[in-house]
Amino acid sequence: MKYIDEYRDPKLAQSLALEIHKRVTRPWVLMEICGGQTHTLMKYGIADLLPPEIELVHGPGCPVCVAPLEIVDRAIEIAARPGVIFVSYGDMLRVPGSRSDLFRVRAAGGDVRIAYSPLEAVRLAQENPTRQVVFFGIGFETTAPANAMAVWHARRAGLTNFAMLVSHVLVPPAVRLILSSPANRVQGFIAPGHVCSIMGHREYEALSAEFRVPMVVGGFEPIDLLQSIAMLVDQLEDGRCQLENQYSRSVTRMGNLPAQKVMEEVFEVTDRQWRGIGLIPASGHRFREEYAAFDAERLFGAHEIHAQEPPECISALVLQGLKKPVDCPAFGTGCTPEQPLGASMVSSEGACAAYYAYRRHTSPEVSR
Amino acid sequence: MCLAVPGKIIETEVVNGVRLGRVQFGGIFRQAYLDFVPEAAVGDFVLVHVGFAISRIDAEEAAETYRLLEQAGAPQEELGGSDS
Repeated sequence: MKYIDEYRDPKLAQSLALEIHKRVTRPWVLMEICGGQTHTLMKYGIADLLPPEIELVHGPGCPVCVAPLEIVDRAIEIAARPGVIFVSYGDMLRVPGSRSDLFRVRAAGGDVRIAYSPLEAVRLAQENPTRQVVFFGIGFETTAPANAMAVWHARRAGLTNFAMLVSHVLVPPAVRLILSSPANRVQGFIAPGHVCSIMGHREYEALSAEFRVPMVVGGFEPIDLLQSIAMLVDQLEDGRCQLENQYSRSVTRMGNLPAQKVMEEVFEVTDRQWRGIGLIPASGHRFREEYAAFDAERLFGAHEIHAQEPPECISALVLQGLKKPVDCPAFGTGCTPEQPLGASMVSSEGACAAYYAYRRHTSPEVSR
Repeated sequence: MCLAVPGKIIETEVVNGVRLGRVQFGGIFRQAYLDFVPEAAVGDFVLVHVGFAISRIDAEEAAETYRLLEQAGAPQEELGGSDS
């Protein structure tokens, strides 16, 4: 398929890898922020193509992974109510809450359904006027405009039985947190190409300048990622520090203005809890007052539910690039995708699950 | 979660004031909302995420970036870069 196959060309991958080998003179730590990129890196074994000087660490860019325990508990509580049709992207169903998960709610008789698009939930509300439909609105800036548009359509259609449990998080505040940490090791970032397709790359330009760290907006195919890594290595070796755009076929400086407009119409920025990390100021969305009627937390009084994170999972450190999944004593033994302890093992885009799925159990030295 | 797949717009229609596109992904066709890409027309490639086209792929940018990429890759092959 066009725009996919040519970005998986093994010959081109080899020559890019060779380019990186020739350019590197010393160790560099790079972070890809987005879980989709983590998945590609693991699936294609890109780390094995790189010189040993390049260390890739994996960022917090999986909205399923960083959804706080209490929002999962709230989802479970709402989904279990009689009369509710609870609709979610499939990834969220297995995420463990404090005591249960959405799959178990469904097994116990709850009407929990999986949707590919939030508009399917709007249609369900139209088709089931006597039922309350609640959509689990999870996502980064990539998904938030689609969720906003669903609410906008529901309001336009005059629906009173559609609501959304919002758990949107924003990438730049998390990058700021990582860069502000005294323990930070990351020297270059691959910025998330689909988040930037919506938001543009202005915010990352500002972060790059403020923290003096090179950033490259990257795509999601193996060639995209290798080229992004090569561009970062070039900057680091040259002593340059700027925002560059590898994914220019989709990303512009200003981003997608119609998408930003509807997102800002429905939601406003608020503080958000991140699973494993804690509260990050101004790092997510809540409904604007004009759209409060669609807020499932208010509708069900669910904001009263609070939860404590379990202490045994090290996903907080993994999500900040301070530890690798294999550094966790529970990895692959007490914690697997079938029985996840923490969220980064649950979603296929979580760093732990990606390591597990693609057999990155062992260190590169051993596997070579 | 932020997965977005490139597909080609085959036809467009307006239903209840909403612009929809029939989008081809290889051998699969799906409907996508075109609210966010008013500039996209039949024949354009768009990236589709949860039922919405989130960007129109800039064919010229893509061709130019790829040309540079292949150029950069060419000399190494001559120097003995092996086939995968």
